[in-house]
Amino acid sequence: MAEHAHSGEANHFTLRTYLTGFIVAAVLTAVAFWIVMARPLSGAVAATLVVALAVTQIVVQTYSFLHVNSRAQEGWTLTAYVFTCVLVLIAIGGSLWIMFHLNSNMMPGMMSDPMSQAP
Amino acid sequence: MVAHTDETVAPPTFYHQDEDHYHAGGGTVLGFWIYLMSDALIFATLFATFGVLSSSFAGGPMPHELFDLRVVAVNTAVLLVSALTCGLSMIALQAGRLGQVRLWLLVTALLGVAFVGIELYEFRHMIAEGATPQRSAYLSAFFTLVGTHGLHVTLGVVWIAVMMVQLRQRGLHAENHRRMLCLSMFWHFLDVIWIGVFTFVYLLGVL
Repeated sequence: MAEHAHSGEANHFTLRTYLTGFIVAAVLTAVAFWIVMARPLSGAVAATLVVALAVTQIVVQTYSFLHVNSRAQEGWTLTAYVFTCVLVLIAIGGSLWIMFHLNSNMMPGMMSDPMSQAP
Repeated sequence: MVAHTDETVAPPTFYHQDEDHYHAGGGTVLGFWIYLMSDALIFATLFATFGVLSSSFAGGPMPHELFDLRVVAVNTAVLLVSALTCGLSMIALQAGRLGQVRLWLLVTALLGVAFVGIELYEFRHMIAEGATPQRSAYLSAFFTLVGTHGLHVTLGVVWIAVMMVQLRQRGLHAENHRRMLCLSMFWHFLDVIWIGVFTFVYLLGVL
């Protein structure tokens, strides 16, 4: 009775989901740290790869640990999640875009300052 | 068409009829999820601030001088394992094994304490080297973002402690099921945020 009353169909967790999620997340994390610590690749390629690994891991953990899928809560958790992802991308991407252009257009002196260059 | 004019046809219903089919905590769990999404927006603004200020060093220390990636790797591993132990406590919850639920919760809390401890050690090390939040806009953004995440983990540990007391007093009844569900969502959410922190703050900072 307890299972049905409190878990709901989509909130039923299995050990396999958690273990798979954990192993995949651990591998993705290890590869990301290896890329930065061992430096097998050049800067831009390494940065792109590290970001791609992070996005993959966020999706993996959201599915296997947070159990977000189209069935949970009749799809409302997924709807809220996708909506939040859009807002997060607008907030971060928009801020960086605007502020970068402000920096390069309004304060040209700062861009030639060696201290303001990203490492 | 003619048949539908019959008086015996049931009036249409526009609401969900079999409510009892749902678990009692359904609304709470969805509401808590909405809270987590709003929390994600707080972190989004902090990440955006950090991104904008990520090269405003003001002549102060730079990421590759500040961070020891081995410490960050250990901390990441600690938090990831704590996510697994949190999951194991949820598995035990489904099986109705109170002892295991409390055991894995305790392990999760201890890993959470270890995470916060390592982070505070890192902060203390940085501040001792003069890399205080006042030093540069970059460091202000760093301490705000990473500190807010650390504060969340600290509150998560407090929540686990409260949960342990509730489990000891009342056992695995419906309300505690619901609370455990929310607690595990909170903990896993913090692990997801940490992916962003270790990637954008530490790895891309040092790269």
